[in-house]
Parts: sequence; C-alpha cells; structure tokens
Amino acid sequence: MSPRTLYDKHIDSHTVCRLDDQGHVLLYIDRQVINEYTSPQAFSGLRAAGRKVWRPGTALAVVDHVNPTTPQRVAAMPDAGGARQVSYLAENCRDFGIELLDILDKRQGIEHVIAPEQGFILPGMVIAAGDSHTTTYGALGAFGFGIGTSEIEHLLASQTLVYKRLKSLRVTVEGELAPGLTSKDVIMALIGRIGASGATGYAIEFCGSTIEALSVEARMTICNMAVEAGARGAFMAPDEKVFAYLNGKPRAPQGERWARGVEKWRELRSDPGAVFDREIHLDATLLEPMVTWGTSPDQAAPIGAQVPDPQSIDDPILRQDMRRALHYMGLEPGMALRDIVISHAFIGSCTNARIEDLRDAASVVRGRRVAGHVRAMIVPGSSEVRAQAEAEGLAQIFIDAGFEWRQSGCSMCLAMNDDVLAPGDRCASSTNRNFEGRQGAGARTHLMSPAMVAAAAISGHLTDIRHFGERP
Amino acid sequence: MSLQPFTQVSGQAAPLLAANVDTDVIMPKQFLKGIDRQGLDRGLFFDLRFLADGTPNPEFVLNQLAWQGASFLVVGANFGCGSSREHAVWGLQQMGIRALIGSRFAGIFFDNCQRNGVLLITLDEAQVQRIGRLVSQPETAQISVDLETQQIRLADGEVIDFQIDGLRKTALLLGLDAIGSTLQRQAQIEAFEREHLAANPWLA
Repeated sequence: MSPRTLYDKHIDSHTVCRLDDQGHVLLYIDRQVINEYTSPQAFSGLRAAGRKVWRPGTALAVVDHVNPTTPQRVAAMPDAGGARQVSYLAENCRDFGIELLDILDKRQGIEHVIAPEQGFILPGMVIAAGDSHTTTYGALGAFGFGIGTSEIEHLLASQTLVYKRLKSLRVTVEGELAPGLTSKDVIMALIGRIGASGATGYAIEFCGSTIEALSVEARMTICNMAVEAGARGAFMAPDEKVFAYLNGKPRAPQGERWARGVEKWRELRSDPGAVFDREIHLDATLLEPMVTWGTSPDQAAPIGAQVPDPQSIDDPILRQDMRRALHYMGLEPGMALRDIVISHAFIGSCTNARIEDLRDAASVVRGRRVAGHVRAMIVPGSSEVRAQAEAEGLAQIFIDAGFEWRQSGCSMCLAMNDDVLAPGDRCASSTNRNFEGRQGAGARTHLMSPAMVAAAAISGHLTDIRHFGERP
Repeated sequence: MSLQPFTQVSGQAAPLLAANVDTDVIMPKQFLKGIDRQGLDRGLFFDLRFLADGTPNPEFVLNQLAWQGASFLVVGANFGCGSSREHAVWGLQQMGIRALIGSRFAGIFFDNCQRNGVLLITLDEAQVQRIGRLVSQPETAQISVDLETQQIRLADGEVIDFQIDGLRKTALLLGLDAIGSTLQRQAQIEAFEREHLAANPWLA
C-alpha cells in the first residue's frame, strides 16, 4: 500500500463501502454530540418515519446554545422557544435512549468543551455533530466535522453518512511562539493568510514543532477555528500529551482496553512520504498577536497594524466587501488598531473558554480593574471549568477586577440566548466569528486571544498584550 | 421524506455577489428557536431585507420587483460559510429558491442544500461574475436550469454547461430519500460495525 495521510487512514478505516468512483463512501461514524437547537427536526423526522436510533450509546446530548448564563443556575428557560427546544430535547433523549446532560447537570457545558472533558472523544474516532465547530476534536487525533440537521437524522438512523472524500492540506508550523502569543494567534494568522474559504474542500493536518509544543487544549483552539478557513475537518497526530489528557477521564477506556487503545493510537500518523494535495508552512517566530478588524475571520491583522484602506485593493469585489465591512464596523482606514475603543469584553465559547484560557486571562487581570466604560463577561466553557476556576481562585480574580462571572453555555459567541449586544456595541471577544450581527444585530466583534481580551477589558481599547502594563 | 425532484426549472435569478455571505446573515439567531421547519421564509436575510422599522429595505435585491419570487441566486464566493444551521437552507427553499450558482460553497451548506433538493451549481469565478452581471439587469434576469443535460440557459441565448457528481445528480433528479437509500444497506453496515468494534473494543 502506498504511503497514506492520517486523513486517509481515518476515512479508510471507517468506510462501510464505496458508493461511486468520485470519492463518495458510506462512512461509519463512531460518536455524535447533540444540542437542543440543531436536533429537533432530526428527531421529528425519525418519529414521522417510525425509525429508531441505530446505537443510542454513541450519542451524547447537552443543552448549551439557548440557556441563560446568569450566575444563578435555574432549570427554566426565559423564552418560550428555548424552553420548547430544551423540553423537546429531553423528550427525545428519553424516548430514543440517549444520555442527556441537562442544564442542571454538573457536567453541562458547551458541547465541544464537554465531549473531550468527559473522555467521550478518543483518537482514531470519526465524529460528526450538528455544529460547525466539531472540527475541535481533531486535537485529540480524532476526525470531527459539522453537519446539518438532515445529516443528524441520517446519522441517528444509520450510524453512517454519505460522505465525499476531501483533499488534504498539511499546515506545518515551526518555531517557538513569543511570550504573549497563543494558539489563537496561530490559527488567526493562518485564516488571514489563506482566506475564509482558503481550505474549503480540504481536511487540514497540522504538524510541526510549534504544534507539538502546544498543550492539548491550545491545540483544540486551532482545530476548532480551522472551519473559519473553510476546512471540513482539521486534526493533529495524537501524542503522549493527548494520552495523558485522556487518561482517567470519565468515559475513557480503562485497564487492558486503555493499554490496547494507546498502542494502536501511537500508529495514528501520516506515513513518511505520504503526499498531500497542498502544503503550507508558517513560521511561528514571525507571528504577532492577531485581531480582526472586519466582519469575516480572515479580515484580521497584527495588533500593531492599521485598519486597511479599501483603495489599496485592486479587485473590485474585494474592495466593495472591505468597504462594507469597515462601514459595518464603524472604522476608518489608517486608524491604529490599538486605538479602537471597546464597550464590551467577552471571554467564552468552544474556541477559548477552557481552564487554560481562563488561567491566561486571569494572569493578565490579576490586581487590575476593568475600564469604567467596559462591560466584561467570563462565560466558562463548561460547568466543570467553572468549578475548577473557582477552586483555583481564578473566579475571584475576575470578580475583583469587575468581570461578570457567569454560568456555562455558548452565550454571546452567537447570542442565541439572552446574552446579546445592542447595535453599535463593540466587543473584544475570544470567540470564533466576527460576522455581521453575530453577537447581536448591529454589534461589532473583534476576535482575539483570551489574554488579549483581558488586556482590552482593562485598558478599554484593543491592546498589545506584549506591552501591556508598561508605563507609556 | 422524499424531496421535490429537480429536473428543469426556469425563473428569475437574483444577484448576491458579496463574498463570504454566512449563515448568520442568511438566517439570524432569532429564527432558530423552533422545533419544526416552519416560518423561516420570514427570517431569510432578515437584517438585509428589512429596515429597523420592519419595512422592506428597497435596496435589497429580493425586495425589488424584477427579482421578487426569484427561483435562483447567483452568489459570491464562500456563500453559506459559518454555522451549520440548516435553517438557512429551509429559509431559501421556503422563499422559492431552487438552485444557487456560485464559484465556491461552504462545505456544510453544500451538503445541507443537497439533502433538501436545492441544486448548487459550481462554476469558475469569471463565469459566475458574467452571469451575475447579466441577471443584474431586470430584462435579462430570466434563466433556465436543466439538470438532466447539466446546462444553464441565459437570457442572451448563451448556454453554460456545468458539472455535477452522478450520485448527487440522481438524488436530485429523483428526489431520493437519502436515509431510505442508506438503510437498504443495513446488513452491510451491521457487518462493518461488528468488525470495527471487534478491532477497536474501546468503542463498544
């Protein structure tokens, strides 16, 4: 057999049968995670057709998108639509035999935070879920991708999906990240370089010394946001850090099964000589902290830069897009990004609300105060992250600085619950999408790392974390 | 559930040529709170279609006389990027959109369209721009799409061929129920599963 990529190995080992000679296969899916807002119509479809769930134990459901994150947790949803979605999810899980982590469960949290946390995701698995950020699981050496509601129904009914093989892209990142830089800056720099559809049609394998040096949680941030470059799956070969991360997690295998698993997972890597359809190299030593200035994640620049000028763009469509983005964002060409004054700061989301993210942010915040004109919120990625942050004293650091310390959920990443910005609000955000209206109609989002959000919250404007706290 | 088959459709095509039109813009969050697929035509492109006071925005193409009731959209690169929300496709369908023509579609959106019988036609960017310019004129906004022959006929008489995988084409032409088709392979899936779980016992 010719040398294969890690992607090839995942797909080959999960192919039930080929469906044509165009790359379509019937793909077996090991696990899925279900939320309250993309699943209702899938269950209704099963009910209408009188179909069962193929293997209920391979699905895990959680309430995360519509729930409030107010500090006092209550079971009731404040709006009728959200309440109906949550009660229908409970009904569906009960009737079809799927485990549900409801809003009061201490394991509740954002699906892509809790699934790894619970050891539900293991190397070598193929996972599909009704949320685009399912790519997160690539950091564990699994292959995860987002699907729509019809596909959720297909998967529930058959444990499979009709799948077309992607092309392969290897992104090699080499060199040491400078102090203050994080994996968020790596993925934002990549998206900025290749564009919001630069990896459309591809699965990305990340490798190189920079990736190897990152923690498992930091790697999740990269795989999570790879979808913002269009990648339908992004992953990294699992290593000892991954095994150490998973060992002892509630749903991870134990004893003999664990040992056999690890033995097999060590082989999960691209063969020497495997050919990728495309290769990209990034030099991590050249990176600077990144922020977005526009309404697409690829409209990003190093914090030391200025807002770009549409006049400098030759392509008339791109020029028009940039004009539109700057108009929406209320920014003038040439203005220094550091001078952008914010009204809100948000640390949360499946991209950057894990315990290491909160530690990073707390180290910036410690002993300081949020600027008077800024409303700053911390929404931990899961209830367990919240509990751990409280145990470590991080929560108190945030509270003392004037941050709101909230319950877990997707919250203001997409503002499906009541955490919504008003028109004209400007938010430094550790999330993944700066789309028009994403955090509220007319609201303006600047994406950046959690430490950069923390620094912006304190200083009241976008700030270079590398010089934060220095005397002017 | 079987779908409305797509064979030959004629109608107005509306240009929406901005790049990176995401599913948050196609279907904003306040329309995602249902447990069925109803009423999503109202939410489609909501912030573009309606002004702050709730009246239709006369600047938005689907509000203009020539493109009201359009059957097609001619769209910019990376249309449908972002969130996996299938509500975006249901909304397009409920507005009467049968096919989209673009140079590059986001992956999840692409699958969602296919699974709902909405045809996505991928052409090179220059062709998309040319069609976009043509349909931007009310008098040449009418096109017809024939899936069987894989051809788009423009108002100026030009015929453009397009490519589509056989599997997708058949499913669209016949309006096939994908789950029903897959479950015909039940025994094959069961056999695969037995072997897969035996080889990876921690998955069981």
